[in-house]
Amino acid sequence: MSPFEQTGSASGFGQPRLQVDGSVLARGALATAAWTAVAASVTLLANKKVGFADPLYVVETNAGFVIWAVALALATAVGAFWPPLGQRLGRTAPWLVVLALFVGIWDLLTAKLGLLPVPFFAPPSALVEVYADDWPRLGESVLHSLRLLALGFLFGTVSGFVTGVAIGWSRGLGYWVHPVLRFLGPIPSTALLPMAFFFFPSSFSAAIFLIALATWFPVTVLTWSGVASVDKAYYDVARTLGAGRAFLIFKVAIPAALPHVFVGLFMGLGASFSVLVAAEMMGVKSGLGYYLQWAQGWAAYSNMYGALIVMALIFSSLITLLFALRDRLLGWQKDVVKW
Amino acid sequence: MVAAQLAVSPLPGAPVSNGADVSIVGVSHAFDLEGRPLPVLDDIDLDIRAGEFVALLGPSGCGKSTLLRLVAGLEPPSQGRIAAAGEEITTPDPSRVVVFQDPTLYPWRTVWKNVALGLEARGLLASQKGRVDDALKTVGLAGFERAFPRQLSGGMAQRAALARALVNDPSVLILDEPLGKLDSLTRIAMQAEIAELWRQRGFTTLLVTHDVEEALFLAQRVIVLSERPARIKAEIVNDLPYPRHRGDPRLAELRGQALAHLGLDASW
Repeated sequence: MSPFEQTGSASGFGQPRLQVDGSVLARGALATAAWTAVAASVTLLANKKVGFADPLYVVETNAGFVIWAVALALATAVGAFWPPLGQRLGRTAPWLVVLALFVGIWDLLTAKLGLLPVPFFAPPSALVEVYADDWPRLGESVLHSLRLLALGFLFGTVSGFVTGVAIGWSRGLGYWVHPVLRFLGPIPSTALLPMAFFFFPSSFSAAIFLIALATWFPVTVLTWSGVASVDKAYYDVARTLGAGRAFLIFKVAIPAALPHVFVGLFMGLGASFSVLVAAEMMGVKSGLGYYLQWAQGWAAYSNMYGALIVMALIFSSLITLLFALRDRLLGWQKDVVKW
Repeated sequence: MVAAQLAVSPLPGAPVSNGADVSIVGVSHAFDLEGRPLPVLDDIDLDIRAGEFVALLGPSGCGKSTLLRLVAGLEPPSQGRIAAAGEEITTPDPSRVVVFQDPTLYPWRTVWKNVALGLEARGLLASQKGRVDDALKTVGLAGFERAFPRQLSGGMAQRAALARALVNDPSVLILDEPLGKLDSLTRIAMQAEIAELWRQRGFTTLLVTHDVEEALFLAQRVIVLSERPARIKAEIVNDLPYPRHRGDPRLAELRGQALAHLGLDASW
């Protein structure tokens, strides 16, 4: 037998060898240890008594930490043999340790030692209480916010895209639209809130208009600049091949401008978030912004934190979604930023 | 395969014509440069026979590419008249296709969809998909259908641009320094390929180049243009049969003539 055959796949086929990934094991063990320490600290140390009412969901919260630590231990054990999980665990382990430190110190400073001023800083169990007890209202707020945002962003995107293509393509239209764009565009939509609530039949429609306006401006400007900066040679090529006007607009100008359009969409999405929350705080009596305002008004600070976390998750997911859409449509581009 | 045609042709190795004749009569053209006219073409008269291969040779910036844009119909001439197959040229038409110096492939389309552009623009794609595959095969890009332009080398991108032109079955092929940006080895290979394509297809070919050897190697007639505004300075007829050989002493002789017309014969 030649020495080469021993390393071939045929000889090792009978008994696949499990390889232990030492680095995954070490990193996973570190993360598990950190969270075990957190679980031990929250369960074993006594809570300091604050106020009259006993805090709720303390046992459940502590149980959650214990379960999480056990889950990490299991993931470490499995990940050491199973690379798909092991790689993920290895990558996130440093973050898990930092988070454990954060949560552990947070619990120490609030529940255990009571060092932070009380209504403003709540222990982890208070967050659990918010989600467990107030989820119907929180969920309803999320749905209201999403509906408002979706309508406003959709109108803003469609009108901005159409305006941008139109003024990028036609000088005549540009003559009329450009000054309006320059004059009205830079006004922050939030500055128009009071006026919009006055002019529109309902605060809901006013908010849709303002979110649409906030989205419209960057989408218009970027689409316009995208269409205007299309390489003229692209048009020459299409024209010599017998392309008509519609082909030049829809098959040349728009696809060539899409990378710019997406920059506009990202800017518009960011602007729409801020107008959404401001509008909900000022006049629309529903949604996450209204929830935040309400929580602050009742000094329910843990509700406020809870809503902020939900907001961060939702907005971040929406941006992720937009990135996924861009990667799908603009896969032909060379170097694109990964979100 | 081409051999059968040889006997019929007036020039050995030249194709049986499938092309259109092009006549350029008294064409002058000027650009508007900040309100002042900048003359680029001065009274050009040129008759190109159907199926002929003509090269326009001149110093850079002399206006030869402008003449090609006029023949393509991308711009109307300031003065004079250009006609193809007896019809005056007023707009671009897929029977006169241009291959530019830059491949100008659309980066968002795959190679196949880039080549299919002309058929798609004219609404013929659904019924004539096979022509796209044929064109890709002709230029040696079979297997690259799904690649994106950024994945191609310069030579491959220019081949794709050539396929995008050929798929329209042009009667006049307009080549605007198509090999100008390629490395010299790719250039030599593609010169031979272009000559071969022309012999097989028989379209009228109008080539702009500032490479004297390229012009003489490919064309039956080389038109030497002056500095801007371009005028026709000389006409060199190259009656060498195809396929030609770069080492042919006749080519060297003609090269001396061409350089003399351009005032560059001191080093010859």
